[in-house]
Amino acid sequence: MDILVCVKRVPTVGGKIVLTDSGEVDTRFSGFTVSPHEECAVEEAVRICEQQGGTVTVLTLGPPEAADQLREMLALGAHRGVLLQTDGREWGPIATAAAIAEAVRGMEPTPFPLMFFGNEAADTGGYQVAVRVAHALGLPCVTGIKRLELCDGVVRAGRDYRGGQEVFEVKLPAVVSLKEGINLPRYPSLPGRLRAKRAEITVRTPSWLADPLRTLELRVPEAPRQRAEILGHGVAAVPELVRVLGELGLLPQARTGGDGTAA
Amino acid sequence: MNADGRVLLLAETEPSGIAEESMRALAFAGRLADSAYAAVDVVLFEDREEAADAVRQLSSYGISGTISVGSNAIPGYAPAAWAKTLSQLADSADAIAIVAAATDRGSEVLAHLGAMTGLPVAANCMAARLDSPGQWRLIRQRWAGSLLEEAALEAHCALLTVAADAPASDVQPEVAADGGAGAGGAEAGGAGAPPSVRVYEPDLSEADLRVCAAESAAASGGASLATARVVVGGGRGVGGPDGFAPLEELAELLGGVLGVSRVVTSQGWRPHRQQVGQTGTKISPELYLACGISGAIQHMAGCLSSKHIVVINTDEDAPIISHADYAVIGDLTEVVPALVSALKTSMSRL
Repeated sequence: MDILVCVKRVPTVGGKIVLTDSGEVDTRFSGFTVSPHEECAVEEAVRICEQQGGTVTVLTLGPPEAADQLREMLALGAHRGVLLQTDGREWGPIATAAAIAEAVRGMEPTPFPLMFFGNEAADTGGYQVAVRVAHALGLPCVTGIKRLELCDGVVRAGRDYRGGQEVFEVKLPAVVSLKEGINLPRYPSLPGRLRAKRAEITVRTPSWLADPLRTLELRVPEAPRQRAEILGHGVAAVPELVRVLGELGLLPQARTGGDGTAA
Repeated sequence: MNADGRVLLLAETEPSGIAEESMRALAFAGRLADSAYAAVDVVLFEDREEAADAVRQLSSYGISGTISVGSNAIPGYAPAAWAKTLSQLADSADAIAIVAAATDRGSEVLAHLGAMTGLPVAANCMAARLDSPGQWRLIRQRWAGSLLEEAALEAHCALLTVAADAPASDVQPEVAADGGAGAGGAEAGGAGAPPSVRVYEPDLSEADLRVCAAESAAASGGASLATARVVVGGGRGVGGPDGFAPLEELAELLGGVLGVSRVVTSQGWRPHRQQVGQTGTKISPELYLACGISGAIQHMAGCLSSKHIVVINTDEDAPIISHADYAVIGDLTEVVPALVSALKTSMSRL
């Protein structure tokens, strides 16, 4: 089976997001990665092809440097990379989906029997590019997927639903957006890395469209709490910790009594 | 009340009535409608009787109408069919906005609606107001709430999903006390009166029903991570897959469940369903007791709604300390067993 996986280059964030003077996420020291859901989507596609044969094509829309993220995914076992190269401007979901749909129409096979996306990008979290691409191509779409089976041209896809489950059955070709947890992505192998380094990446330059949703400003929300009160060090702090938990009404026997929960 | 337009709210239900996330979306829709002198219609994909039962609790919310789309038209959850229905309702009511909770279903249905109509969708909104016809100002979450974005949206009908931690409905009484137009409408239309429910039959094609949930089963009982009253968290500091037993014992003593950070699930130490974070589960317990967790953005996005955060960590400068109420500086492999035995002692005294 030939599978297309769409990924997005996003800043790596650790303990804190810092904004630059111009109000963008400061990436000077952090670098970039692929959104977590999408790394799982690539892993899932590679596993399917390992079992059934076929190829995995990874596609991204982003600046020239986004080729790095395609190579990371090639190192995981994807076969081909396609870069829809932008000039660094912010692309909204409508323009992104239109560019992907257009690129896919010009690729072999048309359409791919399976197209994977991450459920939402880590940075913008728009939850919609997969669905917009599916509509543009006239394909069915399921989202939020954490379990996937393929059988006789039908994909059986499950997701979490209010602590339980929800299952969809869709005929191929189909668009599926996946969530982290569907698998545990592998680490790239050394031969994988070498192959990725040499692999040729197809580059196209789609045309930008303004999005009706325009960012005016990004800001870090005010911290809801001040710095923690330090109760002590090591085992010696345990009696104090027990006292505080009791005061907050959080000890099992404290549930029925008193006004301890007022804090 | 002289409403200048309609706001449609997609409401999801659970056995106890309207889902909590949809109640927040309703509060959001009410504030948005006030800014536009509009009225809120609640849309439920339920048969008339179930819909009437579900909206009984809404009499003080200032909703102006309830629309039921029954199982005759759509046999179960079908995202494209739900979206097509909302689009037809929006056309016939001249809606200025369609609002849904940013759940899997809400996000999915609004994405379909955006794709069908070519309209933009703004996801994870915290607040929205109409500036002038077709011009909106929004605040929405990025990085799962670690950043806030102020945005301008241009759309004759705004498609908005509402963040799970958007302000809840407890602001409603304030609106009513202000004596605004919305509150007047609420009294005239709602309190005490049985809700009137209009049944709507959408015009659907086969393609709209191509994707339909074959099974939908909400969990029955059991303490789930998302709703647990106490969560004991374990991170990299736990050291490996064998280190979680004391944390599980502690969780059990406190009547809670175990949650873990992303590094724990990506190492394969614990299953992904126990992950707290941006790509895992969002929690909002009374107590989050985080052990050996540094507090990466990815993790904090999932636990900042906790009422109290208490940390056990060796590093006094870990980012999580600046989000916590209390901290014990120390090695969790020593502190947690000591805490477990102290709790057991204090409980046996009863």
